[in-house]
Amino acid sequence: MSMTRPASFSIASSGRRCLTMSKLIRPLFLRDRLGSAAQVFGVAGSSRRGKAWDSNKIIPPPAKYGGRHTVTMIPGDGIGPELLRHVQEVFRYSCVPVDFEVVHVNSAMTEEDDIDDAITAIRRNGVALKGNIETSHTMPPSHKSRNNLLRTSLDLYANVIHCQSLPGVQTRHRDIDIMIIRENTEGEYSSLEHESVPGVVESLKIITKSNSLRIADYAFRLAREKGRKRVTAVHKANIMKLGDGLFLQCCKEVASGYPDIVFDSMIVDNTTMQLVSKPQQFDVMVMPNLYGNVVSNVCAGLVGGPGLVPGANLGRDYAVFETATRNTGKSIANKNTANPTAMLLASCMMLDHLQLHDYAALIRSAILRTMNETRMHTADIGGQGTTSEVVQSIMRLMQGASLRSAAAF
Amino acid sequence: MAGNAWRSTVSRVLGAVKNQTSVTRGFAGGIQTVTIIPGDGIGPEISDAVIKIFDSAQVPIHWEERNVTAIKGPGGKWMIPPEAKESMDKSKIGLKGPLKTPIAAGHPSMNLLLRKTFDLYANVRPCVSIEGYKTPYTDVDLVTIRENTEGEYSGIEHVIVDGVVQSIKLITENASQRIAQFAFEYARNNQRSTVTAVHKANIMRMSDGLFLRKCRDVAENYKDIKFTEMYLDTVCLNMVQDPTSFDVLVMPNLYGDILSDLCAGLIGGLGVTPSGNIGANGVAIFESVHGTAPDIAGKDLANPTALLLSAVMMLRHMGLHDHAKKIEKACYDTIESETVRTKDLGGNAKCSEFTNEICRRVQDQD
Repeated sequence: MSMTRPASFSIASSGRRCLTMSKLIRPLFLRDRLGSAAQVFGVAGSSRRGKAWDSNKIIPPPAKYGGRHTVTMIPGDGIGPELLRHVQEVFRYSCVPVDFEVVHVNSAMTEEDDIDDAITAIRRNGVALKGNIETSHTMPPSHKSRNNLLRTSLDLYANVIHCQSLPGVQTRHRDIDIMIIRENTEGEYSSLEHESVPGVVESLKIITKSNSLRIADYAFRLAREKGRKRVTAVHKANIMKLGDGLFLQCCKEVASGYPDIVFDSMIVDNTTMQLVSKPQQFDVMVMPNLYGNVVSNVCAGLVGGPGLVPGANLGRDYAVFETATRNTGKSIANKNTANPTAMLLASCMMLDHLQLHDYAALIRSAILRTMNETRMHTADIGGQGTTSEVVQSIMRLMQGASLRSAAAF
Repeated sequence: MAGNAWRSTVSRVLGAVKNQTSVTRGFAGGIQTVTIIPGDGIGPEISDAVIKIFDSAQVPIHWEERNVTAIKGPGGKWMIPPEAKESMDKSKIGLKGPLKTPIAAGHPSMNLLLRKTFDLYANVRPCVSIEGYKTPYTDVDLVTIRENTEGEYSGIEHVIVDGVVQSIKLITENASQRIAQFAFEYARNNQRSTVTAVHKANIMRMSDGLFLRKCRDVAENYKDIKFTEMYLDTVCLNMVQDPTSFDVLVMPNLYGDILSDLCAGLIGGLGVTPSGNIGANGVAIFESVHGTAPDIAGKDLANPTALLLSAVMMLRHMGLHDHAKKIEKACYDTIESETVRTKDLGGNAKCSEFTNEICRRVQDQD
């Protein structure tokens, strides 16, 4: 599907305040509409998906229905619903051609119907934006974490987080720019546990060669694509010789195919120590599931907290975007104090994935300008603004940007 | 001096019920024996430094030096030399320098051997910001207590089929009970207000769930101490943003490994962090957790701070609080003065100069 680049923006004078595209590009629009219809009625709707992954990017789902994408939205618990409402608000304001199919998942239910419906919806649409679904650990072990179920059923094997120091946010360390690629489906999160005798519990950590090769390959490919120089594998192979040893071996194997990228490895406890003293030394990091959890939370804390960093869960066929640290934020829910930055940046990542780069750039630059220039900050980064104030500021900046680009023509 | 000894004896006798873990052995005002294991690399020189400082502070300790190397005992099992084991069993207190683990030596690491021999089930690492050594984090004052025998480090791994490896994480009721009990006792004895259990029970429902249940059960008996639970990722996130919000943390093996090193990084690294291992039968071994640094061994460049602070921890465990305070103050003051610092702390003094300066400050305090 070719990118329809809007020739100009104009502010509609009718009561609806929204950025609309000019009449010029409508013929292009129609062509796309027919084109996408052919794709839908040609081979089965998911023809683009399911193909073997070539060395290029993941192919985004074709836009059906008039060039508009349909994205599954799972509000989740805590601050998820309100943040996703703000995302919808911002998208409506900027006329992003994305429709959301909202699927609610009730975390208190023991039956898995809700999450199954959500998974089916994501299979249908290919892309999702979600809040975190709470997992109460007072439930019995048979009740699996909903988020984990989603990740494993859709085989979203790579969790990608990009932690960057923002100039407008006060932190102890500066100049951090780390990409973390975490294996998202196996490792310690296999949820395979049993009580051999009363009082003795075993939990299995599974490491497979195929998944380790796959995640290492993804990490190196991403590093090359983004022009990164170094990939560090994080492990504990001195103690878990077979498990993490296999992971490390797979990384080394893949590294040999990328001579332009430096590969080294570091033990996880040393890694956390280095991260709090000299985080600037890290570039790209790849690691199994649990260490990924620890390292991504440490890095998110270093750049300013859970409200700033977006994350992507990517598989061969599907992509689910959420905040990097996956917090439910129960204590600040519905108080208008949550930081919308992480969720909005995640939605920009989603727009980039759908190849709607212009919209993504517009929203992202408005967010970063709010953060760095106008300094409208929520409480978690030391400011006094409310969530809605921040969102209003972002929308104001977007309008200003579009006015400027309209004036240029 | 005699008054102090009498007071400490009385408190030992009367306070035995209250302070079970802080005082283990000792006769009225007498000299206690401590087994010292210098270790490899920079081990011998930093051990000498500590002995020298303790002499100048006139600490009533008799040092018994022992070496540990892995030897094959009857039945083919690897073990530590019997003299070392005997000495340790008698004295119950040990101070250990860094031990090297040669790769492909055929025997497990020395640290692991010691752990198994004396059933050292709790690893305690107090992380306190050093006033004289500035890091981006100030006012850190927390203690990590890590279960040291099971969990993810049980060493049970196998290749199921080619390309699929399974590692078993073992959590038992007894070990969880024991470490929780120790954590609350430690908190009570050291006037700590909060104990936080770190877990991932949302994912590992059964194993971490069992650990958490045991912590909750033990918390029932310690109503004077606040008990909270927190996910591992939330702890990591909050630790790097605001470490002052944590007090005592208790957790299984792997999380403990990661978090204790994270906290060591907050205060300045392994070169300034003390550590203690508590075992069953009242054995306690205090150690420095840094490496053997073979590149600077024998050159009088090493920094004895980590081993010294571990020795101070040992003094507190033995009930010799006055001596502990004196030596600790001298150490902190020396680092703060910035005139005599070893290379890793940013200065260029020699190890002997640093040691002498601390000795001088200790004697000045008398």
